[in-house]
Amino acid sequence: MAQWKPLDEMSILGKHYPRVDGPAKVSGRAKYTHDMAPEACLFACLVSSPHAAATIERFDTKEAESIPGVVMILTDIHRSGNIAYAGEPVAAVAATSPDAAQYAATKVRVRYQKKRAAVDLDAAMEEGAPRVLSGRENIFPPRERGEGNEADVEQAFASSKAVVRAEYRTQVQTHSCLETHGSLVHWGEDDTVTIWDSTQGVHSVRFQIARMLEVPQNKIRVICDYMGGGFGSKLQPGWYTVHAARLSRETKMPVRLMLDRSQESMIAGNRPDSLQKIRIGADDAGKLTAFSAETYCTAGPSPGGNIAHPFVYEIPVWRHRHRQVVTNAGPARAFRAPGHPQACFAMDCAIDELAHELGIDPVEMRLLNDPNPTRQQQWKQGAERIGWKRRSLKPGQTSTPQDPTKKRGFGCAASVWAVPGRGTAAQLTVFPDGGVEVRCGTQDIGTGTRTIVAAIVAEELGLRIEDVRPLIGDTEYPVSVGSGGSMTMPSVAPAIKNTAEKAREKLIALAAERLGVEADSVTLADRAAKADGGGRVDWTTLCSLLGSEPQTFHGEWVQGLSSAGVAGCQFAEVEVDTLTGRVRVIKVVAMGDCGLVLDRLTTESQINGGVIQGLSYALYEDRLMDAQSGRQINPGFETYKIAGALETPEIEVILVDEPERGVLGIGEPPSIPTAAAIANAIFNATGVRLRELPMTPDRVLTALEA
Amino acid sequence: MNPFEYIEAQSLDELHDALASTWDEAVILAGGTDLLDRLKEQLLEPKRVVNIKRIDALRGLQNGSGLTIGALTTIADLAADDRVAGPYRVLSEAASVIATPQLRNMGTVGGNLCQRPRCWYYRSKETPCLKSGGAKCWAYEGRNKYHAIFGGGPSYIVHPSDLAPALQSLDASVVIAGANGERTVPLELFFQLPNEMLPRETLLEANEVVTRVTVPPAAPGTRSTYLKFKELESHDFAVSSCAATLVMDGKKVRSARIVLGGVAPVPWRARDAESALAGKTLDTGAIRAASEAAVRDASPLGENAFKIPLTRNLVRRALESLAS
Repeated sequence: MAQWKPLDEMSILGKHYPRVDGPAKVSGRAKYTHDMAPEACLFACLVSSPHAAATIERFDTKEAESIPGVVMILTDIHRSGNIAYAGEPVAAVAATSPDAAQYAATKVRVRYQKKRAAVDLDAAMEEGAPRVLSGRENIFPPRERGEGNEADVEQAFASSKAVVRAEYRTQVQTHSCLETHGSLVHWGEDDTVTIWDSTQGVHSVRFQIARMLEVPQNKIRVICDYMGGGFGSKLQPGWYTVHAARLSRETKMPVRLMLDRSQESMIAGNRPDSLQKIRIGADDAGKLTAFSAETYCTAGPSPGGNIAHPFVYEIPVWRHRHRQVVTNAGPARAFRAPGHPQACFAMDCAIDELAHELGIDPVEMRLLNDPNPTRQQQWKQGAERIGWKRRSLKPGQTSTPQDPTKKRGFGCAASVWAVPGRGTAAQLTVFPDGGVEVRCGTQDIGTGTRTIVAAIVAEELGLRIEDVRPLIGDTEYPVSVGSGGSMTMPSVAPAIKNTAEKAREKLIALAAERLGVEADSVTLADRAAKADGGGRVDWTTLCSLLGSEPQTFHGEWVQGLSSAGVAGCQFAEVEVDTLTGRVRVIKVVAMGDCGLVLDRLTTESQINGGVIQGLSYALYEDRLMDAQSGRQINPGFETYKIAGALETPEIEVILVDEPERGVLGIGEPPSIPTAAAIANAIFNATGVRLRELPMTPDRVLTALEA
Repeated sequence: MNPFEYIEAQSLDELHDALASTWDEAVILAGGTDLLDRLKEQLLEPKRVVNIKRIDALRGLQNGSGLTIGALTTIADLAADDRVAGPYRVLSEAASVIATPQLRNMGTVGGNLCQRPRCWYYRSKETPCLKSGGAKCWAYEGRNKYHAIFGGGPSYIVHPSDLAPALQSLDASVVIAGANGERTVPLELFFQLPNEMLPRETLLEANEVVTRVTVPPAAPGTRSTYLKFKELESHDFAVSSCAATLVMDGKKVRSARIVLGGVAPVPWRARDAESALAGKTLDTGAIRAASEAAVRDASPLGENAFKIPLTRNLVRRALESLAS
């Protein structure tokens, strides 16, 4: 089976190195879909329904059409004519400038017949609530899972020393991609369709959009050089791409259609909320005995969303009954560790409550019940790094020096993720002048994929990263998976290595022949082939031995270079201002487990980003729905609050090197435990337990005043 | 954004020629940090936008007998000016916590006082409200976490300015120029409650401009501070804020002006708190009494009762910082 060479023999992988495209991004040279504006291009805007539930009656486009620059208006883009959430696109306007398109979109008159709407979980579950889907209850039938039957669970609770019964809630979080969703589509005269898309999966968009456009897959090319954030919301193609394609076909011009900020917020995806009624029991030693969860979540007008219970810990008997509830609100999409932050928040808080009731240290409680050997080490090491022993045993006892109105506390929570890599091919070309190009139809969603693709090739061939030209983000390159589920690196890295190995073997054979030695005595390093006995062929000479034509090597994903199953945990230290309810996170220690670390810098960046997004979920972000208007009341960055630089704490990332496990993905796990760790720290600081996210100052202060 | 004519006025005379008696006709552009948002959202569709940034008469900051602050003074310049210190500290503190560095570089003192509400209903074209030509205040029964606990009705917006409470605690006035000359209006009268004047927040007419702000000389023993609570430190409007200017006589408070921000449709004078302090030694008991008095008349809506303890505590903390 294929394997990586030992970490200490690597000259690039496993070390800190910056991104190859950093200068392009910082200087603005990197072009995102949003920047694409070829000459003679049209700009399109969507017209959104202002109502959450309505039927479209008719359009009047006369005024919009009269606006200078308007080229075409589509009023048939909504298939059923039945609006299920505010923001739903009902028309598309193409014009010669973005301003004209935007202005004309506001002048498309649409007459609706309004209906009653149920815009959030509570409203949809109310008796007599308007039905979101005709002929269906808003609350879908439960899905049940468990270990043992209900009687077993009840019996285990009855014989438990302590049982915590509590209700936890998490909010809807929007992805808030800095680059909104959108595409530039050019429908060519030969009926080939080229799509520049802000996407997490060029190949997956091609497969799916072909069906949506009724165009053969081999006539579609999808390109994504750079993209500004996806977090799971850009794994599928969007209907905006179809609308842009239609406009392009009709006008014979490239058409760019990007969502505006409020559309991005209202229609481009979100993390489902949750209502979780939890019971959890333990014996007097602190061993968990039983767990039961009644959970609900909303994913918009279609049922969806899960909650990953029982989260992480070992529990002998448990039941989980989950119901999806439909609402007249924007639809969910996959969001960084779907179902996990919600489950972690309820479970890790409930375990903390149980530990408090039993008088057991929360870390001790986790060591007692966590079956994962990696995390067993991480709990201890993380506690050490955050300074867990400074923690007050009695909640609410530790004030900030000099200011008794500010209280400090510590908390922790667990993380888990398990998706393996798969399905990636690559090709590598070595040119006679020494140049190297590697092609792979993956894409860089901001995690550093382009950099690592080059680094793996450089490591295998004994080159510098800058000697390798990585070509990604295009369906003209060999197939790869969408960048989601933390599976990019476990999928891509083995394929790149496998491809580079083939080039290496060929080059080593050529060097061995030139030097008159056995191939197994030759290695590639420092831009040269070196024989054990001292012979040496420099890289450029070596490549010239290939002949006058460039030579291309093909490779694919192979077993043995990657695996799945990420364990992690986080510790938070917080300061709560008891006069205002503000929670300031002072420090987060993030224990990461990622097998073979390919680039320490981008790995740490991923974890930093996950912690910040998790903290933002814990304390600030909240999609607020307005029952009167049926709309999201905060579809922009002024009122949909996201942690900024001043909210970001010190983050200490500790990577557990386990190179023997091969490559693991690290994208999702670090965003899972932050909210629960902060909630537990707030309890330790103040003695007040917050069971609803986000833990905004109004909620904290109200709880403190109660 | 609707198409409009763009004029750069070089003088007050040119400005007055370009302005008109309604805001549908012409609006003033200075820093643009609020105006551009409203134009883009089409909350406003004027025929003319008049840039005043070339009018020298609106610039400058003088410290002679009190402060005179030109309307075009940027928030950043105000925050950094050495002359805005000592008794006027409340003003530099307020300026330094507004928005972000970029917005402070663009935003002006005049614009900050004349900015329109941040209410999320007002800011959406889909929910026309009492402030934008509609028939109701959506916040009254809707999402009102950030809305008024004082002075509300029939609209429950809060005034978003940080400079306004600070300036009002210093007893400042605005000088307003119209085609027929200037008038000076104390800030206390400049801002109007919705039950007095519904569509706008100030006495300013569409054909007028704020030219400068005047702050009277500070009495000896004056100390002042501004304390703002925002949810995001990185950039945010005040959920609640407290501007406190005290004239001290040793440890005793001779007089106090306490003006609250973010809690009422206008900068809200906490007169009960002021009288609770007058003549008292600024000790824990007096501070407690004053902070309780500051919120005594609050009447919260469905989602903003937390603003009562929050505001009380901000007043307490502001006074404590002045006592130490």
